[in-house]
Amino acid sequence: MTEKRPTRTEIRITGFGGQGVVLSGHIIGRACAVNAGMHATMIQSFGPEARGSACSTTLAVSDTEVLYPYIGRPDVFVVMSSEGWEKFGNELKDDGTLVYERDLVKVQPKPGQQAFGVSSTRIAEELGRPIVQNIVMLGFFAAVTRIVPVERMREAVRESVPKGTEELNLKAFDAGVAAFDESYAGGAKAAAPAPVGS
Amino acid sequence: MKADPAGVLTGVHYLDGDYACGEGAMAAGCRFVAGYPITPSTEVVERISRRFPMMGGTFIQMEDELASMAAVAGAAWTGTKCMTVTSGPGFSLMMENIGLATMMEAPCVVVNVQRGGPSTGLPTMVGQADMMQARWGSHGDYELIALSPQSPQEAFDLTIEAFNLAETWRVPVMFMMDECVGHMTEKVVIPPADQIEIVPRKLTSKPPGEYKPYEVNGRPVPEMVRAGDGYRFHTTGLTHDERGYPVMSVECQEVSVRRLIDKIRLNADQIVRYEEEDVDGAEVVVVAYGITARVTRAGIDLARAQGVKVGFLRLVVVWPFPERRIRELAGKVKAFVVPEINYGQMVLEVERCAGGKAPAVLVPHGGGGVHDPRAICQAIVEAAR
Repeated sequence: MTEKRPTRTEIRITGFGGQGVVLSGHIIGRACAVNAGMHATMIQSFGPEARGSACSTTLAVSDTEVLYPYIGRPDVFVVMSSEGWEKFGNELKDDGTLVYERDLVKVQPKPGQQAFGVSSTRIAEELGRPIVQNIVMLGFFAAVTRIVPVERMREAVRESVPKGTEELNLKAFDAGVAAFDESYAGGAKAAAPAPVGS
Repeated sequence: MKADPAGVLTGVHYLDGDYACGEGAMAAGCRFVAGYPITPSTEVVERISRRFPMMGGTFIQMEDELASMAAVAGAAWTGTKCMTVTSGPGFSLMMENIGLATMMEAPCVVVNVQRGGPSTGLPTMVGQADMMQARWGSHGDYELIALSPQSPQEAFDLTIEAFNLAETWRVPVMFMMDECVGHMTEKVVIPPADQIEIVPRKLTSKPPGEYKPYEVNGRPVPEMVRAGDGYRFHTTGLTHDERGYPVMSVECQEVSVRRLIDKIRLNADQIVRYEEEDVDGAEVVVVAYGITARVTRAGIDLARAQGVKVGFLRLVVVWPFPERRIRELAGKVKAFVVPEINYGQMVLEVERCAGGKAPAVLVPHGGGGVHDPRAICQAIVEAAR
């Protein structure tokens, strides 16, 4: 890619409470800020959310200090529940990148938007622990966006998950990366307009 | 003195402001916390209560905020560094005993993670409207110290500073965070314990019998003892003499309350702390603190792009206020611009210190969010005309 990465990337992650939305945001932020020398400010939307209801977190990632902590229209929108899509789908930038759970969410990306779907829940179930769905999604996200080198994100997973669960979570992360390679490998990201619609 | 390694989680972390504040307290040597949970401050005590058992600390969830502050004002007399943590509604309930701690000169830290008010207001959303309450929310005449961090890193660094100031000046120190900083997660670097400077409790060298709890001998701050060390001492919220016993007289009131005021006011130059950026030659100087300071810098960048010469003064220590510096600048600038998440609190101080030499323009925000940097830019551009 010849174009320079913009100095500020805004990310929103949504899902239902219990899917690990906040942990996902935390790992992305840690990968960027601690492992890759960038600045990353994570904000949790904080309301009466509980397990099963809509949950959201945002990140502002920048080469320079993040002065304004909240986001406007995100460059990248990660959506793991239909409610999240309905609530925030419209905000995604016209040329933004959509990353979604393809078995749970029906998305209608706009023409200029790129959409990348992954069956993260099914993959996590195949690994024997549906709870790692968010980490599968994170591996997929890392492969799609390359916001940091995939290995930096992988390190952040290892550093952030509970002790004793590292192996399982890294397996989930690798499965997410592999899912991207299988579905979108070979420069599909750059070539295909909205590779997967719904 | 260097920090006790037991409380220092050295490393590079990704922490929210509340956790970072808790880590700062533990690094500073805090080993007693009494509190009552309230959003958005609860994560501070969650962090502390999980880690305290590993370093011999005690956390008590009290029945309410009155009791929390009372426990802290008492714990200070055991020699332990202590703290309580709350948000607006709880801060109001603590006021009576903050006054008691001020009168008894009990060193302690009171964390207020500010949310939108009045009353229960916006429990999960940001505010900066307790700044005046921090100064004089309790009855009677007193001076204390307040700080305001702009990031999780500062939530760590300045919490240590808050404890050091509490020990140096024997006052309750108000740690005025806001929900945005409290719930914001960023990189936080915690240095090794031997790089963290800690002010230890100043204990008397006098033997029991000769020690008087409020004897100053010309110093601004009296020495302490620890309960249980064999000293007989008395402390009270009533106006008291140097023995700590109540004396109901004009003379004693004048001596003792005057000293409470003067120990801060006459030493303000040692306590005041602010950061300046491009203030020399500026047409407009913006004064801000906490999360608003960061958003302000985005607004300043926009105004500079329009050719306005803008300087920035960030309040790190909010009380005592940098009166002398504002007075100096007032003769040189066209105007001050003061964005804050309230309808005008610290702007009153800027206006007072400017003494009519330059206007102080408020950029208000009612709370629940932060300013749009464009609104701050617009105020700067208009003030420069």
